[in-house]
Amino acid sequence: MRRTDGSARAEPGLIEPPHARVRSLGWVKVMCAMSGGVDSSVAALLLRRAGHDVVGVTMKLWGGDSDTGCCSVSDVDDARRVAQQLDIDHLVFNFGDDFDQHVVEPYVDAHRRGVTPNPCIECNRSVKFARLAERADLLGFDAVATGHHARIGRTDDGRLTLERGHDAAKDQSYVVHMLDQAQLARTLFPVGHLDKADVRALATEIDLRTADKPDSQDVCFITKSDGRSTFLGDRITFRPARVVDTDGAEIGRVEAVEMVTIGQRKGLGLPGGGPKRYAVDVDVDAAVVTVGDERDLLDPGVDVVDVAWVDAPVGGEVLVQCSAHGAPRRATVELGVGPEAGAADRATRASVRWATAERRVAPGQSVVFYDLTDRRVLGGGICAASTS
Amino acid sequence: MTVTYLDHAASTPMRPEAIEAMLPFLDGSYANPSGSHRFARQARKAVDESRDRIADVLGCRPNEVVFTGCGTESDNMAVGGAVAAARLAGRAGVAVCPAAEHHAVLDVVEHGGGEVVGVDGIGHVDIDELAGVLDRLDASGRPADVVSVMTVNNEVGTVTDIGAVAAVVRRHAPDAWLHTDAVQAPSWVDLRHITPSVDLLALSAHKFGGPKGVGVLVERGRAAEHRVAPLIIGGGQERERRSGTHNVAGIVAMTEAMVRTDVERDDECRRIAALRDQLVDRLCADLDDVVETVPRDRKVAGNAHVCIAGIESEALLFLLDEADVCASAASACASGAMEPSHVLAAMGVDRSLALGALRLSVGHASTQADVDRAVHVVVDAVTRLRR
Repeated sequence: MRRTDGSARAEPGLIEPPHARVRSLGWVKVMCAMSGGVDSSVAALLLRRAGHDVVGVTMKLWGGDSDTGCCSVSDVDDARRVAQQLDIDHLVFNFGDDFDQHVVEPYVDAHRRGVTPNPCIECNRSVKFARLAERADLLGFDAVATGHHARIGRTDDGRLTLERGHDAAKDQSYVVHMLDQAQLARTLFPVGHLDKADVRALATEIDLRTADKPDSQDVCFITKSDGRSTFLGDRITFRPARVVDTDGAEIGRVEAVEMVTIGQRKGLGLPGGGPKRYAVDVDVDAAVVTVGDERDLLDPGVDVVDVAWVDAPVGGEVLVQCSAHGAPRRATVELGVGPEAGAADRATRASVRWATAERRVAPGQSVVFYDLTDRRVLGGGICAASTS
Repeated sequence: MTVTYLDHAASTPMRPEAIEAMLPFLDGSYANPSGSHRFARQARKAVDESRDRIADVLGCRPNEVVFTGCGTESDNMAVGGAVAAARLAGRAGVAVCPAAEHHAVLDVVEHGGGEVVGVDGIGHVDIDELAGVLDRLDASGRPADVVSVMTVNNEVGTVTDIGAVAAVVRRHAPDAWLHTDAVQAPSWVDLRHITPSVDLLALSAHKFGGPKGVGVLVERGRAAEHRVAPLIIGGGQERERRSGTHNVAGIVAMTEAMVRTDVERDDECRRIAALRDQLVDRLCADLDDVVETVPRDRKVAGNAHVCIAGIESEALLFLLDEADVCASAASACASGAMEPSHVLAAMGVDRSLALGALRLSVGHASTQADVDRAVHVVVDAVTRLRR
């Protein structure tokens, strides 16, 4: 933070800094969230090369066991060592209380209600792009950068756009879909315009210790050895449930209704063989899981609540993605409708009608809207507890 | 770049005399003091002389001084070793400590299934509760084997009345050993008044102008007679109390620092208390809602600990760091993240207020200019964070 002399000017030609928007404002002070992974390491590297005044921050979020994420001692070691190699300051902020309150407790509570949330999205919404961004603002930083594979662009009339990352296989626009204009103006995704292979090559080139570190895949506060059922089982009293067919006849039992997700095939206590059967409905209150065949799983649409828009709300024909790496499907979005929607809900509720019937979306999952070119994020929300 | 260093409770700059004293043992006198030749004897003499001088400052006998690798090792050895020794002798191995102890003690007590006693609003062990816990343990047939109470609290600076604690332990757990973590004490407290009351006492060189990586455990009285179980076993170099080759340079430098600290203590306490008083008075005058955590007559001269309402320590420390003022808040975990202070929690300080804790620790290297600069920078930073 004391390095304000702009000592590392951009190295033209190697990698074009992806944020001409901020560059046009001159050299700026950027807080780079460093998880200890290769993407955020290279994000910091590129910011440094572009001449920004960079401080790396690792967030301590989870006090319990963790395989990876940004919480284990060795991940913090990696982030700190990379920051040292880049000659930038590195700090650790303890946002454990915020993480518990906004991510872990809602995650547990949602399962208690039979809802399947995406904790990474809630972490982005409530911690990275809220708590950390507010702290950065308070401390005089102009922007927060992360290693997400997503891009921020600008339209001819000066509006900011959120776009898929250049590397389609690594695209993370889905998990940052909730960013609005004000947030995008203060956010940088320095690796969003790169292929993952190029990210690793850049890290290898200057021998960053994170160059060949595997990508993290799973929920950071749940360990591989214990898994989701142990984590939730320590926090929820699981309730056994009847498994019935679509006619209501009992055909099996499960130990924990809270662990069943719509679309699930395995672990439903059903004998093998026969046609494929899926959980098509989970009624936690009544402790009943209904199974059916693939056709029973099809829905004409999905109701979405808590919608956030990148810019003005956009109805009409769009592409809709319902999981981090799911295929986008064509649909029509009608704004402001859905269960108990009022006039004030135009921006926050939407009803999605699929072009052709699609598999039911599990309540709690994020539903993200893209434009028809499948490039630009329009907005997104959460699948309502009851589908239409 | 001028750094305003007000983090002496975390570590102190080495005293020049200590650096000078250690240099010959990094260069010419490199022999292993356990060897059997002339060079080895030279190194051994330096270790033995150090032991004599340290015993003199601590008010104990030389053969009661055990050189260790750090304060945490000394604390671990004292509490863990006492528990192990008790269990070897067929007793339950029960350790007792107050809730505001350093983790070097607290974690050992908790890990061993011991008892944690409450503290009052300034972090001093609740003497009545301690007596009650010792009585209850005794009545349950698992009497306390070791009681550990720190001489000076590392966060808030509270000085424990070790004499009063010793009297309670003698009365309510006559067979228990009394250990004190005196790591924060040497700059402020004449340990000749503490040592006679305890069986075990832990020190760390870098808290009083010595180098990192060397400490002391005093084992006396019943602890010397029956012996705590060693933590590090092997060659038995340190009088069979601790194995591993002696850190000769570190021991010599620590000794020099301790002797200087002892000689200068009275004058330095007066000088530093005046700086500290000024620092806190000016912060309280220039800022609203600053709470001095512990009254000055109950704590050491170098400690300025305040809770600042409406701000977060992490953010404040960032701005202080940016302005080259070194301070701290609570203790950090292995990742470097600041943990909410268990000391303030034990004292009953409201969590939201505790999140705005600031510890400025004044020490032997501090000057009036440091205080002037710190006041200016802290007031600016807090004002900015409260906007």
